[in-house]
Formats: sequence, C-alpha cells, structure tokens
Amino acid sequence: MTVTLDGVPAGATFTSTTERAAAATRRRRLRIGLIAAGAYLTVLLVAVLWPAALAPGDPLAADPLNVLAAPDGSHWFGTDNLGRDVWTRVVHGAGHSITIAVAATAVAVTGGVLLGLLAGLSHRIADETLSRTLDALSAFPTLLLAMLFIAITGPGTVSLIIAIGLVTLPRHARVVRGLTQLVRRSGYVEQAVTFGLSRPRLVLRHILPNAIGPIPVLAVIGLGEAVLIAAGLSFLGMGPQPPSPEWGAMLSEGRNYLHIAWWITILPGLAVTATVVSLTVLGRHWQARLDGRHR
Amino acid sequence: MGDLVSVEDLHVTFDTPTGEVAAVRGIDLTVAAGECVAIVGESGSGKSVTARTLVGLAGRDARIRAARLELAGTDVRAHRPRDWRQVRGRVAGLVLQDALVSLDPLRTVGAEIAEVLATHEIVRRSERAGRVGHLLDLVHVPEPQRRARQHPHQLSGGLRQRALIASALAGEPALLIADEPTTALDVTVQAQILALLAERRAAGLSLLLISHDLAVVAQIADRVLVMRDGRVVEQGPTERLLRAPEHPYTRQLLDAVPSASSRGRRLSATTGPARTALPARPEVRRGDTVLTATGLTKRYGDHTVVRDVGFTIGRGETLGLVGESGSGKSTVARIVAGLLEPDEGTVAFERTPWTSVAERTRRPLRRQLQVISQDPLGSFDPRWNVQRVIAENLDPDISRADRTDHVVELLHRVGLDRNLLGRHPRALSGGQRQRVAIARAIATRPSLIICDEPVSALDVSVQAQVLDLLADLRAADGTALLFISHDLGVVHHLADRVLVMADGAVVEQGPVGDVFTYPRHDYTRSLLAALPALVTTGRP
Repeated sequence: MTVTLDGVPAGATFTSTTERAAAATRRRRLRIGLIAAGAYLTVLLVAVLWPAALAPGDPLAADPLNVLAAPDGSHWFGTDNLGRDVWTRVVHGAGHSITIAVAATAVAVTGGVLLGLLAGLSHRIADETLSRTLDALSAFPTLLLAMLFIAITGPGTVSLIIAIGLVTLPRHARVVRGLTQLVRRSGYVEQAVTFGLSRPRLVLRHILPNAIGPIPVLAVIGLGEAVLIAAGLSFLGMGPQPPSPEWGAMLSEGRNYLHIAWWITILPGLAVTATVVSLTVLGRHWQARLDGRHR
Repeated sequence: MGDLVSVEDLHVTFDTPTGEVAAVRGIDLTVAAGECVAIVGESGSGKSVTARTLVGLAGRDARIRAARLELAGTDVRAHRPRDWRQVRGRVAGLVLQDALVSLDPLRTVGAEIAEVLATHEIVRRSERAGRVGHLLDLVHVPEPQRRARQHPHQLSGGLRQRALIASALAGEPALLIADEPTTALDVTVQAQILALLAERRAAGLSLLLISHDLAVVAQIADRVLVMRDGRVVEQGPTERLLRAPEHPYTRQLLDAVPSASSRGRRLSATTGPARTALPARPEVRRGDTVLTATGLTKRYGDHTVVRDVGFTIGRGETLGLVGESGSGKSTVARIVAGLLEPDEGTVAFERTPWTSVAERTRRPLRRQLQVISQDPLGSFDPRWNVQRVIAENLDPDISRADRTDHVVELLHRVGLDRNLLGRHPRALSGGQRQRVAIARAIATRPSLIICDEPVSALDVSVQAQVLDLLADLRAADGTALLFISHDLGVVHHLADRVLVMADGAVVEQGPVGDVFTYPRHDYTRSLLAALPALVTTGRP
C-alpha cells in the first residue's frame, strides 16, 4: 500500500509489519534462486568460452568398445550410442546453442528496435502497415513460422539464427513502437523542439534512448526462449547438422535409446531447461528492480 | 463542552524505512458547533495529516498520540476501524480536493450518495432516491434527478465537487472537513463552492477547512490556524490575523501573495528585503515588436478552441494571458511556441514569419524564444542530471571545457548552488526544478520567454521566490515575457499588459491597471468579482 500524505517526504512509502515480513521472505527466496541462476550461467559462460577447462576430451571421439555406458566415475554423464562422452558433448554443445541464441536475439533486437522506432515515428498509414504486418507475423506460433522460414532457406546455423531472430522480433518492435509514440509526445521532447534541435538529433538524443528502456531486460528473457526454439528446431534437424554437438541435435539422436540409455537425452535436456530458467530468473529480477526504481 | 472537535497536544509520526517522520508535533485544535475553523499551511506543514487523523484516515503506519482527541464529545483515541466507520460520514463528513479521484468512476453520482444513506441507515430504502435528489438540490446541482444517474466524468469540475459535498452531507454530520476543496477549480467555480460552504454553515454545519490559500480561507473562516512543520505558529480570528499578523511566518505568507498592491515590490524575503522595490522594469518599446500574432484560429473537428486571437508583444514587455481552464490559452501558447500550426492566422517572431513555415526555417530563431512549462520535471529528459539538462541549451560553440562553468553561472543566476550539478531533477523540490527550467531558458539570452502557468504547482512562498526571480531576470536581460496564468493576482503583480480569454476568444486586452480597475467586459468583471481578496490594508 502506498499512501501519499501531506507532511511526509516524497518517496516515503508505508507498509505494515506483516507485509514487510512477507516481502522479506520473498526476497530471501528470490535471492537463493538468483544465486543459483547466476552460478549456473557462470559455468555456462565458461563452457562457451573455454570448454576444454570443463571437458578436456574431444566431443566427436567415438569409443566403439564403450557404447551406451551409464553415468559413472569416468563418464559422469555416460556415453552415447557411438561411445562419445555425453558430458563432453553437452559442454562443447553450449557454444553452439548459446551462440545461436545470442546471435538470433541480436537480430531480433536490432530489427525490432529499428522497425519499432520507424513505426512509432511514422504517420498513420506507414505505422498501420508496419504494425499490422508485425501483428500478422506474431499471430503464427513461433516454432511454426521459424520452420516455414527454414523450409525455404534450407537448414544450417545461419538460417536458424535468422529464423529465430525474425520470429522473436515483433515483441521488441511493439514495445519500442509504443514507447516511441509516448516519448515523442512527452514534455521533454516538445521542449527539445523549442531548443531548435534537428530531427535526427532529437531522435538519437531523446527519443531512442528513452524508448529502448525495457529492451535489455526483454532481450535477456528472450535469450532463454531463443535457446529453447533453437533446440526445438535442431531436434527437428533444421539446425547444425550431426555430428556437431548441439543440444537439440543430441536430444534427437538419443531419443531412440531413451528406454535403455536415458542419460543421452535427459542430461542435455536438463541443460536446456536450466539455461532457460536461469535466464528468465535473471531477466525477471532485473525487470523487478527497474520497476521498483521507477515507482 | 459543546465543542465538536477537541484536540490537545496531538502528535502524528510515520514509520518509514529511513526512520520516523514527525508530521504533526503537538497541536491543539477546537471547533465549536456552527463554527468555521481553517488550517492554513504549505505542503509539508501537517495540515492534511491533522484533518485525516480526525476521521481515522491517517494511514496504517501512523502513530497517533494525544492528550485529548474527542469528536462530538467521544474519545476516539482507542477507536478501531469499525468504530471509525461509524464516525466517517455520520459525525464528520470529508471532502477532498479532487472529486474525480474521490468519486468511484464506475458508479453513478446517485449511487455514491445512496451508499452513504444505506451505510448509516439514514432513510428507508424506498425513500433513498428521493433523498438523493433532495441532497443534490441542497448543493444546487441543477436537474438533480438527471444528474444522479450520471457518472463523475460526465460532470464538470464544479458539479463534481458539489456532488462530493452532497455525499459528505448525506449522513447528516454536524461537522464537514474540507481538505483543499477548491484548489483544483477555476476561480469563478471556486467562488460558487465557497458560497455553498458558507450557506451550509449558515444552516448550522461546522466546518474545518484545510487550505494553502489564505485568500480562500479569509472568505468564510471565523478562526485561522497557521501551521508550519507540524506546529501551529499562530492562530486567531481571521480578520485580526490578516490585519495584524504576529508571527513572522504569517507575515511572510501574506507578503508572498501576489496582487495588485504587490506590484513592483518583492514578494519573498529570501530574494532580497521583502516588500522592497524590485529592480525597475525593462524599458518597454512598444514600437519595436518582438512578436505579432494576428487572427489565430484553431479547430479540432467542429470544436473551435481558439478564435481570431491577435496581440503584439513589445521588446521587454510582459504580456499576461489570463483565462480559466478550457479558454484556449495553452493552445495559444503552443502556437506561439511554434509547436502547433494554427488553422488560420499568422505569427511573426522578430519580424520573421513563424507559422506556416518549415521547422527548418524556424530553427535559427528558436534560441531567441524559450518556453517554461508548468511541469518542469516533465520537460527534462528523465535520464539526465541537472548539468546535462541545462548544458543542452548552451550555445553549441561554447567549448567543452567551458560548458560546466557556464552551467554553474546560470545556476548562480537563478539562486542555485553548484552542488546540484550532479543531482537528478527528480531529487529536487518543486521550486528548485522550476529554477533549473528557468536557468535552461535564459541560457540562450532569449528575446521572449513563454511562461505557461510556471508557478501554479508551487507553494505560495516558493511561488513568491520564482516570481521575484523572473522579475529580476527580466530587468537584467530586458527579456519579454508571455506570462500565461489562471491566477489574476500573479498577472496583476507581474504583467504590463493583459489579455483576457474566454471560450477561445480574446474578450478584453489592455494595460493591466486599466483592465483590472475598469473592466469593460462582463467576463472580466465576473473573474475579478470571484477573486478572493485579502483584506490586508492597514498593515505597514
């Protein structure tokens, strides 16, 4: 509850003691989740940048004498149907999956911000055309749309990146469009007009920086989703081709052995899940902090 | 006994994350039956907290301590929420500043009033509709039956405030607590609401009026308490307090009120000795016009918001533009600022066409015309600190190394210290923010500054400082001002000539003295008649 009363400094808010206690519990719980997510993402970063530090072996080295070995001391994620070490493949696969997700998000953010800004600054007809196109784009299920795109361009890492970027772009564009319209009618932009700023400077100095406020947070949450879509498409054979150790591709390869060797599928699957959850936790926390600051 | 309100040594403190904040620090207050008592103070004085404490709405984290706290003879110190519900509406009705906030937007006005009747079981269910009509009639709402079926947004500000008062009166309380009941209203509507409150009082109602405006209070209060920092600094019968204030703060408040009699004198003691002469006005050269507007008309659909408005502003001249809300004065300001194209008419600034030209053509002259708005915070880029905000308007030719010095000098000119440079405008007070906006405006040494309600959101003593500052800067730089305000006193204090607008048209214009002394148009007369005047003659 926020009460503003005469006689109390601006910004002072009041909460009852029970509310305060509940909030403290929430914060504690959140902090544990946050630490876990942070720790996982740190390990993930090491796996991306320097996989040999975590798994010195060769992800492609097959050992025909040791196929489908259950997790034990020497292969603690077990081995797959060709006797390759699953741990090594999961670690080296992180590079593939994360690179694709980061590149795809970069495509989505760049394209989304540009289109959103353009739509927000345009007059009605151009804005309507752009916005409706983006609406139509986001009306399709993301996975379906990405598959459609890859069906045209053919599978591969680059088309995967562009496909994911394209299907996650509308949400960034929409946020930026809305904020652009808000910001360009704001008092400070009007004031800047009276200072005689040229239009490009007005856009670059005032409108753009104020319209992209929530984008970093949105991008972090979107990163998790990109990992998920990438894994999904790779699972369907539309991403990096075997034998490269991509998480989705590993899931696909291991699915025939699920009843005798669960570790080939479950463990890479857990890596995907943990990545998505950690990125979302981080993004949400960041968002909450920003909201708290602005309130 | 017989006092409706009896308070002794009331303290109210709030627990905040940064520690305890004392809002009220030991005040005594009594309201006798049929009496009208007013509490006057600036924001932060504790006047609203006091009022809310009397109806149990001080807030959940408020700690209330009092030697005596009685309403209609009942000790309310140990009241629990359910006890307070019996008090509110029945013993004391509460009217707040903004009826649009206080009335439920999803319910009709009639339902709102009927709820009070039902809660306190005032009349039988079958008689409620009739009583609602009677109450609306009591507060002079025309066509009460039809209005009762309308929602708050369908009513004008004045009618809404009347409806709110009707709902406060529905429980037949003996006391009405009104917290800034007219602050959001136009001056003519304010006069009507004050007349209504006076009428109810004559019918036997007791009133506790909370206001920042001494002039409003002077109209109807028997006694006035002046509050500052949670304490009552002075109290007494209204007339005595206004004629012969004893406490320096009361005197300071009275001095700060701009009016015809304050013309040419300082309003605030902080900018120089109070009530001493301001520096001479810049020499007005009417022949040398800075800005000429002719036949300005602006329509939105069928609605004409500005109709055939024309005026000139001479070099160094201050033109006051007065009118009530909806009169079109802000639209005129936007047209003159080159932010809105008129449908008809032209503006010439510095003898150069200013309307119907491309923004590119206007740009070189933009630095000569600056704008100060009512909401300075909204006019600053939310990411920037004070230094960047002001530096943006510096001459681009000034070298990087000198820019900070220039900003500091500008801050100094508006009476601010250099330690504000790195501060964020959000962390400044309202007065400081407006000074920063003024510093930014004078950075270009403009020939004309458009001030759109620059002091409306400020406390009277802060308003006094800002008005003095504007007068000083005008004298030093010879800047012309287009000063837009709903407050006739402010315009009378500052302007050379005045333009009165009503319903989008200019009804009267001329030198301030002539227009305000011998108004020719009925509308100007009604504005002046509605203006609550402070009777302060006889003071040194």
